[in-house]
Amino acid sequence: MTEKDPGAETDLDTQSKVEPVPAPQGRTEIIETDYEIGRDNLTSSWKLEFDIHQVVFTVSALGVLAFTFFTMAFQEELEPVFIGMRGWLTSNLDWFFLLSANIFVLLSLFLIVSPLGKVRLGGPEAEPSFSYIGWFSMLFAAGMGIGLMFYGVSEPLSHFDSAMGGISVGEDGIRTDWAPLGGAEGDVAEATRLGMAATIFHWGLHPWAIYAVVGLALALFSYNKGLPLTLRSCFYPIFGERVWGWPGHIIDILAIFSTIFGLATSLGIGAQQSAAGLNFLFGFSTSNPMLITLILAITAVALVSVVAGLDAGVKRLSEINMALAAILLFFIIAFGPTLEIVSGFFANLLAYGEYLPALSMPFEREDANFASGWTAFYWAWWISWSPFVGMFIARVSRGRTVREFLIAVLIVPTILSVIWMTAMGGTAISQLVNDGLTGVQDTALELKLFEMLTHLPLTGLTSFVGIILVIVFFVTSSDSGSLVIDAVAAGGKVNAPTPQRVFWTISEGLVAIALLLGGGLAASQAMAVSTGLPFTVVLLGACYAIVHGLLKEAR
Amino acid sequence: MSYTQIMLPIDLEHADRMEKAIQTALALAVQFGAKLTLVGVTSELPGVSAHNPAEFKEKLSALAQRLGEGLPQGAQSRTYVAHDPSVQIDGILLDAIKDVGADLVVMASHIPNVLNAIWPSHGGKMASHADVSVFVVR
Repeated sequence: MTEKDPGAETDLDTQSKVEPVPAPQGRTEIIETDYEIGRDNLTSSWKLEFDIHQVVFTVSALGVLAFTFFTMAFQEELEPVFIGMRGWLTSNLDWFFLLSANIFVLLSLFLIVSPLGKVRLGGPEAEPSFSYIGWFSMLFAAGMGIGLMFYGVSEPLSHFDSAMGGISVGEDGIRTDWAPLGGAEGDVAEATRLGMAATIFHWGLHPWAIYAVVGLALALFSYNKGLPLTLRSCFYPIFGERVWGWPGHIIDILAIFSTIFGLATSLGIGAQQSAAGLNFLFGFSTSNPMLITLILAITAVALVSVVAGLDAGVKRLSEINMALAAILLFFIIAFGPTLEIVSGFFANLLAYGEYLPALSMPFEREDANFASGWTAFYWAWWISWSPFVGMFIARVSRGRTVREFLIAVLIVPTILSVIWMTAMGGTAISQLVNDGLTGVQDTALELKLFEMLTHLPLTGLTSFVGIILVIVFFVTSSDSGSLVIDAVAAGGKVNAPTPQRVFWTISEGLVAIALLLGGGLAASQAMAVSTGLPFTVVLLGACYAIVHGLLKEAR
Repeated sequence: MSYTQIMLPIDLEHADRMEKAIQTALALAVQFGAKLTLVGVTSELPGVSAHNPAEFKEKLSALAQRLGEGLPQGAQSRTYVAHDPSVQIDGILLDAIKDVGADLVVMASHIPNVLNAIWPSHGGKMASHADVSVFVVR
């Protein structure tokens, strides 16, 4: 830097938390749009500082308030309606969910091997924003989190059970059993294989492909094309300038709705499950004050995390989360049936590959109960979470190539899910089959993990790690969710004043408490899952946008 | 006594609210014959002021060039990219004081409001944490 060259970048050799901008990031196809980010925003900097998208924020905030009120006030009328709606969707449109999810998997796998995989998010010379460990921890903590804790033990066991039971046909010729595919009546080895394959199917490539599609579309359109980080941006190739109007508002409002109710209901239900765990371990009560205390505690930690920000809060907490999960996993592998788990990993991977085509078949399923009750429900659930998880994944993935992104979002988590499910479910099945322990089988869903741990050494310690992990998983969902909601409600701005995040984090907690006390958790969760349908259409559009957008980038 | 290096944090997004601070910094730079460095913080994501960090850097640099025309020592700029600017900005600006070697910070800040009792403004926070003089322009 010389004084004759004013405005030049100064040399920076001092230690600094943040790196100065590297040279221009290479050529990308910036989309020229008349839209200016924040154009429709309402800002104030005097009495109370805020910066929000007028339509999206207002409609979402009022909508959340109204919906919470009505589900509580008309609980008995609305609950059957929403649960009926979810049931109708998953049983009549199961083929649509299954078919779409297959498309997402195939597209992701294709992009990994195609030359389009070389495109770098943020331009050819962009550098990754986060280290592999930090990046991956955040992906995983936001993406699966809590479900792994409760379903890791229960789901393999449940499929194993129903597969063992074999097929039973009702009077009308329709199968009444819940066994996946043709079941495996009385065949322990085959029922184990089928049970594990079915579980891994629900936690493997398909859910992660759903997240990958949303994450990739958003990252591409924000970092490479220069559009704001909100869900509507990936519709630019389809709607053109109209995405900045009502079609876009609706997409964004729907995204906020599904995120906040998805988070609030899982917070409410999760508090009940955590309380049951605490009751099992320490004899704490499971009364309402206890549940409210739990929700408030989780919200308080999430609040500290969002106020501390992405690096100091969310990332650090996600890393702690991963470390704890790894400790629990290694403990179970070491003190559980070690050899069985190790060999089971390869056997289960093989079983997954073998059953994958049949399990993902969208049409002519003989196992209708399993395909719609389990698979289609899961797909709708993952898809309703995808705006939140996808947007968060996009937020932390700048500087990665498309190939790197997809391997990290699709392949690595799938392998980890296989390991996790093998260790948790495999140990539970082994306890049942080899040791004749029926404890886990007979216990309620939320206690299965803890019941399994009582048959391993150091129960007190591992159960404690387990319950902490459950709570931390909630926090990592709640804080990243609030960041996402805030960005969408601010029209894609990530530099909006911090108090807005506080508003959304507290709203989640309050909605959870209201629904818990007033009833309506089940209804709201059914509503959140039902948003999976419109979002499936949104995701199919995103698939087109991804290919369209990638073709125009420098490889 | 005099100042040799003035740091002027710039919010490109709200350039309209910055005019008074800019004029103050320019006057002081002329008065003391000090160098002026503009500091900007941007996110990696598209924002109001730029589509990407490179574009942000160019814009800030152009502004520095324009403001530096009337100054004996000219003006430079320095851009920082943050993962989460809303939260990191105060820390980054404090670091920037050292990076720039500033002995005076001139910055715009809003009029204190009710919320500032629990949520300090950027200018207020800078003034209480920096070990150099901070001129908070209201």
